[in-house]
Amino acid sequence: MPTGVLNVTIDRDGGAERFEVPAYDNQTVLDVVSWVQQHADPTLSYRFACRVGMCGSCAMMVNDVPRWTCRTHVSKVTDGADIHIGPLRNLPVIKDLAVDMDPFFDKWIAAEGVHHGALTRDDPIARVDAVSVGRVEANAGIECINCSVCYAACDTVTGNADYLGPAALQRAWTLLNDAKDEARQDILDAVSGSGGCHNCHSMGSCTAYCPNDLDPMSAIAGLKRETAKNFFRRGR
Amino acid sequence: MKAPARAHPLWIAYIVHRLSGVALAAFLPLHFWVLAMAVSEPGRLDGFLAMTEATAVKFAEFGLVFLLAVHMFGGLRLLALEWLPWRPAQKSLAAGAAALSFLIAGAFFLQAV
Ligand code: HEM
Ligand code: SF4
Ligand code: SF4
Ligand code: FES
Repeated sequence: MPTGVLNVTIDRDGGAERFEVPAYDNQTVLDVVSWVQQHADPTLSYRFACRVGMCGSCAMMVNDVPRWTCRTHVSKVTDGADIHIGPLRNLPVIKDLAVDMDPFFDKWIAAEGVHHGALTRDDPIARVDAVSVGRVEANAGIECINCSVCYAACDTVTGNADYLGPAALQRAWTLLNDAKDEARQDILDAVSGSGGCHNCHSMGSCTAYCPNDLDPMSAIAGLKRETAKNFFRRGR
Repeated sequence: MKAPARAHPLWIAYIVHRLSGVALAAFLPLHFWVLAMAVSEPGRLDGFLAMTEATAVKFAEFGLVFLLAVHMFGGLRLLALEWLPWRPAQKSLAAGAAALSFLIAGAFFLQAV
């Protein structure tokens, strides 16, 4: 049974549109968007897949805060009945609430956020010490679901189109600490260029809004230290 | 496209640091101009220094010391946060220490005026 009515404003290609959506006790922001698409306007475009916080495809701006909409309850974003939903910030809009994630993933690659292995399937499996300092550091950042919430929250991304952004840099940091990764110098070079880790002002919006409670800001601080050490070592 | 809510402590620390940095930079030319008077026109410098007795000017001076203090502690906080791989508990300790030293510096300054 509906418990009331939500006043939903959705930023679309043609401008903001208002919808009245039945409110329920237990309702996520993604439920609200889906209701609009199913009952009010089937042309509304948006993106989701897993609905359980795994795939990272459903992020949107909700009352001006970037959020994973499938796991954000309406009660978390409003005390009243007004909800403002828009496409994720810092990325080009394809249509309505669907943004083009290409720049986000391209930067992931540009930060050398790919596995650089040396072994083949014929080699024995390398042993990794689960409690080594590097592994603990890497573990802290590997649960990233590529949702781009941090990327949307970061003002440095807004100000510098070349900035690699928190998620890509955090992945570079996990690989730098990964005993199985063989491209330490490539990673350090990739993250110390003009779009690299030293752009970050430690304003912490990435860490504040990451839905998985990850801490890209501290990962980037780690990159700042390692790239600086590397710089002085090479200089000598 | 709207900016997200930024009302979290680190973002506020960031904007305070930027505004105080810019304000300090804006003040520098004025500061050098007054210092330059010491060599070029000592008489005018004395006149200027006499002016610092006025309450309004004292108040402005306080603003300046305040700007430098928040910028310096904010800067030291950033340097510690980024360059020392501390655990969060140590960071809050350090923030507390900085706040305390600021309080002491502030009290000292109030005594001086
Ligand atoms: C007292 C010692 C000082 C310390 C420890 C300090 C530290 C810092 C640090 C760490 C940053 C980088 C902040 C970031 O990455 O966002 C910074 C930025 C800045 N500082 Fe200072 N600073 C000091 C004095 C000054 C003075 C005297 C001026 C004025 C001439 C000044 C002007 C600036 C400006 C304009 C910025 C750029 C702000 C930004 O990027 O957000 N600083 N400072
Ligand atoms: S801490 Fe760095 S990466 Fe995170 S939001 Fe701030 S500037 Fe962006
Ligand atoms: S670090 Fe967090 S906010 Fe950023 S993409 Fe990964 S899961 Fe999303
Ligand atoms: S739909 Fe997969 S994370 Fe939200």
